[in-house]
Amino acid sequence: MSVGQTSSKASKSQDASPRQPGVPVSGWEAVIGLEVHCELLTETKLFCGCRNRFGDEPNTSVCPVCLGLPGSLPVLNSRAVELAMRIGTALQCEIRPSVFHRKNYFYPDMPKDYQISQYDEPINVNGRLDLPDGTSVGITRAHLEEDTGKTTHVGESGRISGAEYSLVDYNRAGVPLVEIVSEPDIRSGQQARMYVSELRAVLVASGATDGRMEEGSLRVDANVSVRRSGVQDLGTRCEVKNLNSLRSLAKAVDFEIARQVALIESGGVVAQETRHWNESASKTMPLRSKEEAFDYRYFPEPDLVPIIPGDQWQAEAIAGMGPMPARRRERLVDALGEEAAGAAGFGSGLHDQVVTVVELGLDALVLDAVQLGADPRLTLSRAANEVAANLEGVARLSVDSFERLISLEAKGKLSATQAKAVLSEMLAKGGDPTDIAKARGFEVLASSELAGVVAGVVNSRPKEWSRFVDGDEKIVQFFVGQVMKETRGKADGKAVLAELNRLRDSSKASPD
Amino acid sequence: MTGSGDTSEGTSARPAGGPEVDRARTQATSAIPPFYSAPRLSTAQEISAAVISGEISARQVAEAHLERIAEVDGDVHAFNEVTAREALDAADELDRRVALGENPGPLTGVPIALKDNLCTRKIATTCSSRILAGWRPPYDATVVRRVREAGAVIIGKTNMDEFAMGSSTESSAFGATLNPLDRSRVPGGSSGGSAAAVAAGFAPVALGSDTGGSVRQPAAMCGVVGVKPTYGMVSRFGLIAFASSFDQVGPIARSVKDAAILYEVIAGHDEADSTSLDRIAPSVVSRLDDGSDKIRVGVVSELVSAASPDVASRVHEAAEVLASAGSMVDEISIPMCVYSLSAYYLLAPAEASSNLSRYDGVRYGLRVDAPSVELMNIATRSEGFGAEVKRRIMLGTYALSAGYYEAYYARAQRVRTLILQAFEAAYEHFDVLLAPTSPTTAFAIGSKVDDPLAMYMSDACTIPSNLAGHPAASVPFGTGDDGLPVGVQVLAPALAEPLMFQVAAVVEHGAPHSGATVSSQGTEQASGMKSQVLR
Ligand SMILES: [Zn+2]
Repeated sequence: MSVGQTSSKASKSQDASPRQPGVPVSGWEAVIGLEVHCELLTETKLFCGCRNRFGDEPNTSVCPVCLGLPGSLPVLNSRAVELAMRIGTALQCEIRPSVFHRKNYFYPDMPKDYQISQYDEPINVNGRLDLPDGTSVGITRAHLEEDTGKTTHVGESGRISGAEYSLVDYNRAGVPLVEIVSEPDIRSGQQARMYVSELRAVLVASGATDGRMEEGSLRVDANVSVRRSGVQDLGTRCEVKNLNSLRSLAKAVDFEIARQVALIESGGVVAQETRHWNESASKTMPLRSKEEAFDYRYFPEPDLVPIIPGDQWQAEAIAGMGPMPARRRERLVDALGEEAAGAAGFGSGLHDQVVTVVELGLDALVLDAVQLGADPRLTLSRAANEVAANLEGVARLSVDSFERLISLEAKGKLSATQAKAVLSEMLAKGGDPTDIAKARGFEVLASSELAGVVAGVVNSRPKEWSRFVDGDEKIVQFFVGQVMKETRGKADGKAVLAELNRLRDSSKASPD
Repeated sequence: MTGSGDTSEGTSARPAGGPEVDRARTQATSAIPPFYSAPRLSTAQEISAAVISGEISARQVAEAHLERIAEVDGDVHAFNEVTAREALDAADELDRRVALGENPGPLTGVPIALKDNLCTRKIATTCSSRILAGWRPPYDATVVRRVREAGAVIIGKTNMDEFAMGSSTESSAFGATLNPLDRSRVPGGSSGGSAAAVAAGFAPVALGSDTGGSVRQPAAMCGVVGVKPTYGMVSRFGLIAFASSFDQVGPIARSVKDAAILYEVIAGHDEADSTSLDRIAPSVVSRLDDGSDKIRVGVVSELVSAASPDVASRVHEAAEVLASAGSMVDEISIPMCVYSLSAYYLLAPAEASSNLSRYDGVRYGLRVDAPSVELMNIATRSEGFGAEVKRRIMLGTYALSAGYYEAYYARAQRVRTLILQAFEAAYEHFDVLLAPTSPTTAFAIGSKVDDPLAMYMSDACTIPSNLAGHPAASVPFGTGDDGLPVGVQVLAPALAEPLMFQVAAVVEHGAPHSGATVSSQGTEQASGMKSQVLR
């Protein structure tokens, strides 16, 4: 569709009741680009020596520079540049000489009433982010800029208009940010969510940020437009702000897609505007229209000199930076062996475990344990579940003891239930798996003993047994459960299953 | 709101200083009476030597100058605030150190006047604007710290055109400064208060800031020496910005030597200013007696033709002085010069429009209350800024606006590059260039206030150096037909301050003695006033 349609149509309500959000609308394609602001993990602010820390008393981490006092001048924090270069490297960008510009607009939480940002000569351009599902999203740019302060509007509306008074905290003013702008390569709320989730993992892995969305370390704005399938021209886009969690991002994007499709299908025209995601109402609401948009009057910041990221400096900046999540996932899948790798496609349980383990930084533990001889799939599973559930305990878990635990289970010396219990004690208090198992009286029943217990359970449940023999596969879990109960978890689940199958097969083979 | 008491002082009435100027009253008045005390105590160099040797105390020097200010500044209004108490305290401290045998520095006990756009800790710094009236910075500008550390005694903050926007000091919110040589005339601007203070004997040296000629032009009009250093040679930290890519702090003095001494104190790298050049201050004082033999001097014909005939004649006479000192003098045409003014009046206002955004009533300075933040911003800025500042904010905002940026700002930036290249080409053939400082001598108060373009024209000869980022010095050289001083400019390539000072000293030495310049009056004064200073 084109932007310049009749105004009578454009005046239609922009809030036409949308279709069910989240459901792909046939005949339509959504085009989404994301702008992610990432606070850098520096000791000090971007242009002064004030502490860069979340949660300080308001207006205590401030100085003449970050308060924009007359006569003060910015001095660039080279650590922030280095972290920006790390981000550029992690996102496979071209890292270039760059200059700062001033973005001019009045706002009380912006001390100079302009923001020092990068404009048409950003430090990082032309990168890409590979997502776990095999797609990849282009990165237009990832540039440096300073954060603004924080305004709290006191009054019923909670917005600047109608506020009784407003309080400004300048602690955040001048905190270094990298704004990562994606190409409009994203097609759904789900993919948007995956992109941000992966981007966060990459940023954390690069050491540039702590990735805490709830503290505002990562802030996401989405540009959303829709077009009929097969159409090349882009539709009019809306910018959606206030996306404070992955969940609200996916919901807001899907809502916005549905709203725009419904609007166009009912004869309306999407107006270019900035919209606010209202979490409690689960809808986007207009914030300001294009006509009200600021003219930022960008021009080169005369108080700063260009950044020249020489080879030497770049090399120093990225020294010690580990591999990115995509590469780490690959390594993990490789370690699983050929057969398992085939089963670890996107959407599989195995893939989810790989993603979780990398996301939580447990991949080194898994790989090291496998290196020592632990069964790869079992190691991955225990890491993605039991270890993941007690991350604080990881420090107490040596690779060596983890490997021995996995091997005890793999060799059938501990049942799954027992292994889990031992592992949680290792995470809680540390210790050797064999000692813990012994102290708890854990030992897997000898197979002769097991056969007796299984036979006893089978004999005491003739009705259920005949259903199993007749082909009711589901009921096998009932028998496993009963055996476990009898043995207080000492039986090995796999061995129980094998014994049950053996009994069934032999009762089939010998007709009554 | 910021939680810092230092930055949110009340916005009281206008600071101490001279009375509002009654233009009608001043029309008839003439030069203030000559004042000089012992000539050997009239320069910074002599004062410093005398204080260190114990011949005179820093306190006596400060008191003599404060007395002079008390007697005469009511008629001149060079100061927005005279910092008498701080000056005497600083002088006492210097005397104590001298008594212990210390040598505090090259400016020991030397009173210095500071333009009111240089931040001074706990001392009001207003830019002669209502919007900053009463604002007390929590810190010293780097140049202020450096002059303090060199032993200088800050005697007051001088009047200026509001935010340094103007060429006559008439746009000050606190009333105009009058030219001490003829109180019906302007002292030039925007550092008119600093130039007038030096000319009137309130301080042997002063600091001004030069964005388009604001040190050199008032120095010329008041008959004193004014220097704009190479861009980046002197820290801008604590200089309240007008146009950041042009602004440079520069010395004003009664002699080239004093200007050179002060230059050496303030120049050199400062980590707090990213545009500061990574260099130590060059030695310039040592070059002052080197003469100008074999130095290639180009007289810029476009700038000479911009001046009135009497001023042009002085420039040619100065060229003859250099020629007879062995220089090779020739005319040079730099046609790009004629675009200087147009480029400057797009670029400087563009930067200013952004630099002055912060005066929004939220954090410091004036606040005019209104029902919403936006209306408060508007009310504060409407009331806080004067007409010239508003004019330039609007001009600059327009030049940067979407749809106009390319035609105005970007094009002016290209002209700036061409002008720089034209000067660099000229310096392949010449070591220094010669030009008038101001096209005319000091003009009558009120004569240009209603004609901004005519006012802008008075910077035509100084602006090229600011566009190029090159150094330039204005040296008094005779008088115009009206008997008022004329300044001749020595322009030099980037970082060539040593050569510039060297040539300026030759020009100064060859300048005709005229009764109009205060310094020569001083030299001719009977030494009867020595006792007044010495007590
Ligand atoms: Zn700070």
